[in-house]
Amino acid sequence: MLSILADASSSLFFPPEQSTFAADVDGLFDFIYYLSAFFFIAIIAVMILFVLRYHRRKGHVEQPSASHNEVLEITWSVIPSILVGFIFFYGFTKYLDMREPPDNAYEIQVIAKQWSWQFIYPNGADSDELHIPVNQPVRFILQSSDVLHSFYIPAFRIKMDCVPQRYTNTWVIAKDITGEGKDNSEHKPYDLFCAEYCGKDHSRMLAKVYVHEQSDFDAWLEDAANYLEGKTPEEGGKLAFEKKGCTQCHSVTGDNSAKYAGPPLNGQWGTERSVIARGASSPENVVMDENYIRESVREPNAKVVVGRKPIMPVFTPQQLKDNEITAIIAYLKSLK
Amino acid sequence: MATITPDTQIDIGHNDDPNSNYLTSSHGFLSWAFTLDHKRIGVMYLVGIFSSFFLGGIMALLLRLHLFLPDGLFPPSIIDNDTYNQLFTLHGAIMTFLFIIPSIPAALGNFVLPLMVGAKDVAFPRMNLASFHLWVLGGIFFVIALVTTRLDTGWTFYTPYSIQTSTNVIAATIGAFILGFSSIFTGLNFIVTVNTMRPPGMSWFKMPLFMWAIYATAIIQILATPVLGITLLLLMAERILQIGIFNPALGGDPILFQHFFWFYSHPAVYIMILPAMGIISELMSVYSRKPIFGYTFIAYSSIAIALLGFLVWGHHMFVSGQSPMTAVIFSGLTFSVSIPSAIKVFNWLATMYKGNINLATPMCYALSFIFLFSIGGLTGLFLGALATDIHLHDTYFVVAHFHYVMMGGTVIAFVGGLYHWWPKMFGVMYNEMFGRLFCLVVFIGFNLTFFPQFIMGSRGMPRRYATYVPEYEIFHQLSTIGAIVLGLGMVGAVTVLIVSLFNGRKAPANPWGAATLEWTCTSPPPYYNFEHAPAVGSPYDFSDLKYDPQVGGFVKDPAAANKPKPSSHH
Ligand code: HEM
Ligand SMILES: [Cu+2]
Repeated sequence: MLSILADASSSLFFPPEQSTFAADVDGLFDFIYYLSAFFFIAIIAVMILFVLRYHRRKGHVEQPSASHNEVLEITWSVIPSILVGFIFFYGFTKYLDMREPPDNAYEIQVIAKQWSWQFIYPNGADSDELHIPVNQPVRFILQSSDVLHSFYIPAFRIKMDCVPQRYTNTWVIAKDITGEGKDNSEHKPYDLFCAEYCGKDHSRMLAKVYVHEQSDFDAWLEDAANYLEGKTPEEGGKLAFEKKGCTQCHSVTGDNSAKYAGPPLNGQWGTERSVIARGASSPENVVMDENYIRESVREPNAKVVVGRKPIMPVFTPQQLKDNEITAIIAYLKSLK
Repeated sequence: MATITPDTQIDIGHNDDPNSNYLTSSHGFLSWAFTLDHKRIGVMYLVGIFSSFFLGGIMALLLRLHLFLPDGLFPPSIIDNDTYNQLFTLHGAIMTFLFIIPSIPAALGNFVLPLMVGAKDVAFPRMNLASFHLWVLGGIFFVIALVTTRLDTGWTFYTPYSIQTSTNVIAATIGAFILGFSSIFTGLNFIVTVNTMRPPGMSWFKMPLFMWAIYATAIIQILATPVLGITLLLLMAERILQIGIFNPALGGDPILFQHFFWFYSHPAVYIMILPAMGIISELMSVYSRKPIFGYTFIAYSSIAIALLGFLVWGHHMFVSGQSPMTAVIFSGLTFSVSIPSAIKVFNWLATMYKGNINLATPMCYALSFIFLFSIGGLTGLFLGALATDIHLHDTYFVVAHFHYVMMGGTVIAFVGGLYHWWPKMFGVMYNEMFGRLFCLVVFIGFNLTFFPQFIMGSRGMPRRYATYVPEYEIFHQLSTIGAIVLGLGMVGAVTVLIVSLFNGRKAPANPWGAATLEWTCTSPPPYYNFEHAPAVGSPYDFSDLKYDPQVGGFVKDPAAANKPKPSSHH
């Protein structure tokens, strides 16, 4: 135990520092760490010393000693209070820096939903992985479309809850690029986790963070905004289906197991399904056609398939544009 | 004070044989289930609490085993994400509500406290029994949740998820609500007992520190628990009637729920740890044969911790979007509670100075407590500091921190206390060698389980994850191996005690040379606790207790017997 403590360096305790905050946070962490290691070792050393010196053995008896000592007690109250006061002070000043984004920050909307992330950029592009430019303050406006989630990027040391019907925010300046070019394959991205328990696939609500050189970022952003361009509707629809997180809950291989919260969607085009309309008590049949798909996306709980829970999230026009729905419809039609 | 004393009790089938003790004074299931005797109630709590601990422990082992591999050790047909979520929720909820909150006060406190004041029973024996029956009822609701659709909200029931999930939130919240009453009853009883039933000569500052600790705990139980009750009622109302209190879809505020919840649950942490500190104060003193160092400070600090504990709930919500100003205030208050806890540790160490330290099993647990609790407490500094908490909140660092405090602190102290009072409770001595051996196994297993969690947590591993990215695999594997060792150690520690019931040497009245009153009656105590009202002395004055090899325990030294003592002759 002690040897683990003694060997522990901050790199054992931390992922690499990738934001301008990280060094401050780690610095404070290290300070508390060495301070507590010191006190801990001192406490245990005294304890062991006393056990060795005063343990019960033949002929050993207890010796009288003071049952209290004001000077000693005041000393050991005041010194820790001062140290702790210092930790508190340092902790909150650094925290205030982390709460105050600069005015010129680049803003990205973050929508958390069970169980995926969506990032929406100022030019209307969106993605399910986070892409940001390096050395540039980026502010995240966080929202949730269902329950509490928490936006957490360990490499940046930032975390903030996403609260339904309310905006929260956090910001960061990334120190280093994760790779060259706009192509993901050239990057070694960081992890982005959901840190607030949000139901079944909480632990799969992950995303990757890509940090680009500004020019690469601009190129990526341009492509992201126009990702349907130059694709057939089926191809584009497949991309949209994956990008928007539909695959989280719907299989396209006919897998009907509990692994997927929603029904499989291949080979369903034009078939009938039994649904319960909102407010209705008995099921009715609907055909899977363009309007049914559009409604299922925009207003999923209007008709819920018998045997499924009403858990599909709503996709607003901001999250899923009309041309994307059209492409997805083409894609679903093509699935056998 | 119109209280019911055992004389007026209608106890089923109780006999007056002078050689009988509380265990043999009457027989049969009913004589236990409806007893008004605080000792039997304490023993029943002990059985109940250990059953819960066992259940929660099995779940913990399943969780840990599952986390051995990033995608889960068990195939999804056995433990899928849903099952994992239910397991950690019920593990947390059972450990918190059914096990650790009642553990020391209701089991050991019930048994020991009236003996410590030299009384025949607590102030309200019927209420005491009711508190146990409520505990059973609350437990039944948990079992209902477990065998029906279970519960997957986390033990914190955060809204709006807890309003939407299809699992049995209602059964579990009813359970927790009822357990709240049980806890309030216990607390109320102890407050009145300590206030009104202390014998002449036992002024406040002559009380054993365990009594102070239980008293401080009782204050929290009474003041904080109703808030939880109301919160849970509102949650039920929200689920059933769809009114918008916490559910944002209906115009409610999910953060409000967190305020309510932590307003109870943070003080509840002190319900868990204060009694443990009380036990450690007793153990350090008795097994060092030294008066406790800085008695007054320890006594006051228990009360200070209880009261300050009400002011720090907001530190669970630093990243919930609360205003920076609020966060700063809560952070400051949080640090203020850390000081009295730290000083207690120094006091315990100073108590050992120049003592005659007996490394009996309870003392081994006490030393282990100091080690583990120090780590638990010191790692709290990382979480109280805002800049570092942002990163560490809701990661395994927190999981490790609270297990060091609750398991390494409270559970270790509880087991230590149990070993200490076991000869009194059941009149038998256990095997010291095995007692110490398993204490060591528990210690090693514990650290192997939870220390790696600090590392993976600070490296970013979020908590409540059924699956994880492979970077954290090695730490999870160490932790799982540790949990197996820890589990074996705990089973061993309990087995040593159970075995002693069958083959243990008969215990003397005072095997350890303790000076508190419970050691003046025979082991196990007679039905009425004391044959003669005991004489009150200083609880930490061991000078007139001498070891008598014939008795196998400590007796009053005849040479010191003529010393004048403040006592309660009648
Ligand atoms: C046998 C030793 C124990 C082991 C191996 C163990 C293991 C675990 C694990 C793996 C988790 C899930 C962590 C996560 O996914 O975030 C957990 C959570 C928890 N444990 Fe334990 N635990 C043990 C003992 C205890 C004890 C004695 C308590 C007493 C109060 C306790 C209270 C909790 C609580 C409150 C949670 C949080 C549940 C939640 O997140 O809703 N545990 N434990
Ligand atoms: Cu989430």
